[in-house]
Amino acid sequence: MSRVVRLGLFVVAGCGLATVLVIGFTGLPDFGGAHELVGSVTNLTEPTLRHATDVVTALNFDIRAFDTLGEEFILFVSVSGVALLLRHLRDEEEDVDTTPGIEEHRFSGASDGLKLVSLVLIPLILAFGAYLVFHGQLTPGGGFQGGVVLAAGPISILLAGRYLSMKRVAPGRLLEAADSLGAAAYAMVGLGGLIFAGIYLKNFLPLGFSGHLLSSGEMPLNSVAVGLEVSGAFLLTWTEFLDQTMIGPPSGSAGE
Amino acid sequence: MSFLPYAVAAWLFVIGLWGVVSSRNLVRTVLSLTVVQSSTYLLLLGVGYRSKGQAPIVADIPTTSKLVDPVVQVLVLTDIVIEATVTALLLALVVQAHKRFKSVDPDDLRPLRD
Repeated sequence: MSRVVRLGLFVVAGCGLATVLVIGFTGLPDFGGAHELVGSVTNLTEPTLRHATDVVTALNFDIRAFDTLGEEFILFVSVSGVALLLRHLRDEEEDVDTTPGIEEHRFSGASDGLKLVSLVLIPLILAFGAYLVFHGQLTPGGGFQGGVVLAAGPISILLAGRYLSMKRVAPGRLLEAADSLGAAAYAMVGLGGLIFAGIYLKNFLPLGFSGHLLSSGEMPLNSVAVGLEVSGAFLLTWTEFLDQTMIGPPSGSAGE
Repeated sequence: MSFLPYAVAAWLFVIGLWGVVSSRNLVRTVLSLTVVQSSTYLLLLGVGYRSKGQAPIVADIPTTSKLVDPVVQVLVLTDIVIEATVTALLLALVVQAHKRFKSVDPDDLRPLRD
């Protein structure tokens, strides 16, 4: 299909799209005038019935807990997909330390100051990520957000121009374990609901006091499980991509 | 100006779609797709906004305050996770395409040629 034909098709499809967009957007509620009943009810019930102060996380790990299970496994499967797609390019395997001919990546911009700052940043990033994970049901945050922040910690070693050191701090096996353990733990918490309350993912743990770290039943558990899975999954994805540029053979030469 | 967030969402959607269609570089195509997806965040958050409503975090405000709709915010969270996974998968495909065809121009991908 030539470029012109393709653009022509887009123009035709675009006209239809524009019509649908105009019809759809004229039917939207006025900005600021949303009165969805479900949202209002959730805002009222989650703090009182579940003792959670962050309604978004409460929705995520309580009312929509089953959806979150699916979401988590989407992440899990896509990481497996990325690993599967990129596997051909990594001829020399697993233990990069012992592979001959691989040099530590030297990031030309990594001055001593940048290295120092990125090392100082690591504990701060990890602390902030842990705070986000553990306070999911209390303040803005939760497993997904905290997990991504946690994953950013080891990445700052890369910023200091030490990719292989990053691989040593966060080896692939460990990341895979975190990824799978997190996903399994979330499913197990749901199983607890099935065993103790008769419904999968039902909130079966004591609700505790509103505002306490261990309140809202299973939400902190779910948050930690998701945080573990997300940090493992993101780091795995990043290392898969970084392996391509940092330690893979130059494309088209060695190893083929 | 109550239509402005929706207008920006529609603009992001259309401009991202144009980026996908007109792109000569697969990485640019993937990034254009993320622009399309970010329009959905704006649309969802716009739909759930209530004028002068506060964030649905009741840690330090009374539960009777006017709060924005939390349901769409959770949907945006899901949306972001999906975007991250889709982008990662597509970029992995781009890496493989570059390995096979030594080019990231969609027109150079042989199975797509006439």
